[in-house]
Amino acid sequence: MGRAEEPTLFELSEPGRHSWQLRTTGVPEWGAEELVPDAHRRSEPVPLAEVSERDLVAHFTRLSHRQFSVDLGAYPLGSCTMKYNPKVCDTVASLPGLADVHPAAPVEMSQGWLALLVELEEALCEVTGMAAATFQPAAGAAGELTGLLLMRAYHDARGDRRRRVIIPDSAHGTNPASVRIGGYEVTTVPSNDRGCVDMAALRSVLDQDVAGIMLTNPNTLGLFEEGIEEIATAVHGVGGLLYYDGANLNAILGVVRPGDMGFDIVHLNLHKTFATPHGGGGPGAGPVAVAERLADFLPGPRPVRLVHGAQERAVSNGTGATAYGWAMPPRSIGRVHSWHGNALVLARALAYIRVHGGDGLRRVSERAVLNANWLRVRLSSAYDVPFDRPCMHEVVLSASTLKRRYGMRALDVAKRLLEEGFHAPTVYFPLVVDEALMVEPTETESLQTLEALADAFERIAAEATEPAGVEAAHAAPRATPVGRLDEARAARVLVATFDARTRVGGQGSPGQ
Amino acid sequence: MPDYLPHTDRDVATMLAFLGLTDLDELFSAVPHALRLAGGLALANGEPEPDVLAHMGALAGANRAAGLVCFAGAGAYDHEVPAVVRALAGRSELVTAYTPYQPEVAQGVLQAVFEYQTMVARLSGLPVANASLYDGASALVEAVNLGTAASGRQTVWVSSGVHPHWRACLRTFSRGSGHRIVEVPLADGVSAWPQDPAAPGGEEAPGVVVVGYPNYLGCLEDLSAVRRIADTHRATMVVAADPVAAGLLRSPAEWGADVVVGEGQAFGMPLSFGGPYLGLFSCTMAQVRRLPGRLVGETVDVEGRRAYVTTLRAREQDIRREKATSNVCTNQTLMAVTAAIQLGWLGTQGLAEVALRCARGTRYLRDAALGLSGITPLTGNTPVVREMALRTAVPARTVVDRMAAEGFLAGVALEDLTGEGGDGSVDADAAAHGLLVAVTERRTLDEMNAYLVALDKAVRP
Repeated sequence: MGRAEEPTLFELSEPGRHSWQLRTTGVPEWGAEELVPDAHRRSEPVPLAEVSERDLVAHFTRLSHRQFSVDLGAYPLGSCTMKYNPKVCDTVASLPGLADVHPAAPVEMSQGWLALLVELEEALCEVTGMAAATFQPAAGAAGELTGLLLMRAYHDARGDRRRRVIIPDSAHGTNPASVRIGGYEVTTVPSNDRGCVDMAALRSVLDQDVAGIMLTNPNTLGLFEEGIEEIATAVHGVGGLLYYDGANLNAILGVVRPGDMGFDIVHLNLHKTFATPHGGGGPGAGPVAVAERLADFLPGPRPVRLVHGAQERAVSNGTGATAYGWAMPPRSIGRVHSWHGNALVLARALAYIRVHGGDGLRRVSERAVLNANWLRVRLSSAYDVPFDRPCMHEVVLSASTLKRRYGMRALDVAKRLLEEGFHAPTVYFPLVVDEALMVEPTETESLQTLEALADAFERIAAEATEPAGVEAAHAAPRATPVGRLDEARAARVLVATFDARTRVGGQGSPGQ
Repeated sequence: MPDYLPHTDRDVATMLAFLGLTDLDELFSAVPHALRLAGGLALANGEPEPDVLAHMGALAGANRAAGLVCFAGAGAYDHEVPAVVRALAGRSELVTAYTPYQPEVAQGVLQAVFEYQTMVARLSGLPVANASLYDGASALVEAVNLGTAASGRQTVWVSSGVHPHWRACLRTFSRGSGHRIVEVPLADGVSAWPQDPAAPGGEEAPGVVVVGYPNYLGCLEDLSAVRRIADTHRATMVVAADPVAAGLLRSPAEWGADVVVGEGQAFGMPLSFGGPYLGLFSCTMAQVRRLPGRLVGETVDVEGRRAYVTTLRAREQDIRREKATSNVCTNQTLMAVTAAIQLGWLGTQGLAEVALRCARGTRYLRDAALGLSGITPLTGNTPVVREMALRTAVPARTVVDRMAAEGFLAGVALEDLTGEGGDGSVDADAAAHGLLVAVTERRTLDEMNAYLVALDKAVRP
């Protein structure tokens, strides 16, 4: 990876240099003063960098060399499902017939998109065991909030005021944050000594005030909630709904479906399970699928197959095939996106599903679970495995013993792995595990890669027994573009823009 | 059976043996038998890539809109995206990375986002910008969440000049947050704020005031009036600003905005049927602890080298859980990086030039269109810069349909945004006969003249 410091684009800037080129239009060249009233017109242009195209390319290419990615190597970041992203999906997302369609184009002129969305909805409903879905949520957390608003609308429609949503203590942080923004109070239930929801604790908080429960299954410990049927019965018994956080769906494709487990609302992270790339932190897509009794509440308008003649703007697409249109669900919660969701991400997901097919998706989960279990068994002598039984798509290890005996923490292990050419696992999550190292190899890593990763993990653990090894781990990473960062300083003296550099200690400091 | 799995049969056998298993099904022993899916998924078997590409290509081919000359806007614009931006934004290091949780190996994305934040702050004139939100609507929802938290009041005055879909999102999320959304109507295309600065009818004073600049009908609002209302009520002033028009207009910060949000699609993202786009968000330093989502800050590493890291993390959901300022986790980082590349390509002069060319095209088309017998202004003489609402003699949907046959996406029928019957921005008649038209720097004089010929025909009864 690139180790040379890269100046910012602003430092590369030279007044008068440029790379833009715009179309020759022949439009009369009125001046800004003829077009914009004085009171509104800016006096100076917005200052941006001024660089040549050659420098622009060099800058972002050098930056990209300072960035780890799935394409570069294994990325066993637990809960994030960093699998290989098939290149064919990039081609699909750049098809002009998909990329160049305006979102407000009339249905007659966007039949291909509508057909694509309906096909994807049907596929995702089959995978989840649900009846209908919305594509508007742009990411998992947006899906969660949408799901909670659906939960509220469902109860409200029955005249049923409920205030609380139950979340296990192993849940992703987005769950409680979404619950609060959705207008509910969080009730946390503890995990039992097997890493699953403590049934007695759950029963003790269940009553008519509970709107529902949010669960990830397999949970964030990589374990299948063994009592899911009992949980579903108990929550439904008090009139609550079951919400499925789809972050870990990669473990169960074609094996078991959230709908069959009793879930009523499911969000999917297409950027995890369905291999749409993460883009350094997005765009994702967080479609929400629901059981039949919630379908009327979905955000809208939704893409639908039209029954010929049933609707005014129904049209044939010219081939006599079924035509598509938009429909607002009768009791819709409304919009949750400016348009129709992250459409090009959805197109990628459909291509991924079609390449794999029903048979291939099942193989995806089998290999993902096989890889995780292989690592679990292989690493169980070098690391603590707090819940040492067959896991699903990921395994949570712990550096607890290494820390106690040698002062080597999970963070040190993570930083050493970076030196070894791997991305680190997720650390210190889930919160219920001390010194957690959450490892999710995904199905696209080969046995050779797993062996190399396990070798690195073991080497690091072995080094912990020597003082020099621990010291080296504390100093890691050194072979990376930068070493450990002074994160406290970043927060204490906030420099979040290039311009703030000159204001450090002045206006640049937070909280003033 | 096409897939991307590296396991040979021998690998699978070796690994199962290592686990003491004989069968892949045994991996799922924790799943109760009664729940397991018998018979597998009812989906077709996998197809080779060329077959999938043929299918996706056929779907793409059914989107006739892609071939039309685009005069539609409404928050989604047909701007120039040069080869260099596509090439750089498509680099796999940027595309296939996760959120930068390990900054030592994520300096590429972190620095690109730092540069993006700088550019967004310069556009708005405010000192700090976050690492992106999902889209313009989600940025507005987060701004209102920030504003109500800052003011301690749940009432939000929203100009009906804010994009109808964004207002719809505010209404949706208010059911969870409990915010009271009061939509202020427009007159001649600009907000008709209550004459009496006091809140009407003894109701709670606004904690947040929201206005579009220019608004979704293309009109320039009087932001000083909005600042006065915000001052009167000690409310947070939120401006939903068009970031391209910003190339010509005084910055929202100069008008006193506390929070500026916007849709960043214009900076390097194709129309994409509505996403992925980019939510722009910037605010004053006083509100930085309430900032939603990720923020990249500069620091140094152990050797004193300049480095970047996500900062003020105690605001975020994975640390703060139910006390977080927002639930946002995955955002639109690649779109933010794309915008940084596009703005790097445009530079100071390029952005000004794009904004100017949009305004010139809008002026030309507006003047000529208003000379046609079936076209009248919909927003009076209120100045517009990069988009305009025209009143058509026949329903605007009819105009759009007729113009499509002539090769144009003529614009967006207002009814398709406001719903039938209109809303606070336009009445039912204006909604049915309103056509929102955008002219970007990509539209040539020849295209506009051909458009005008087609429009002249299309507006006849």
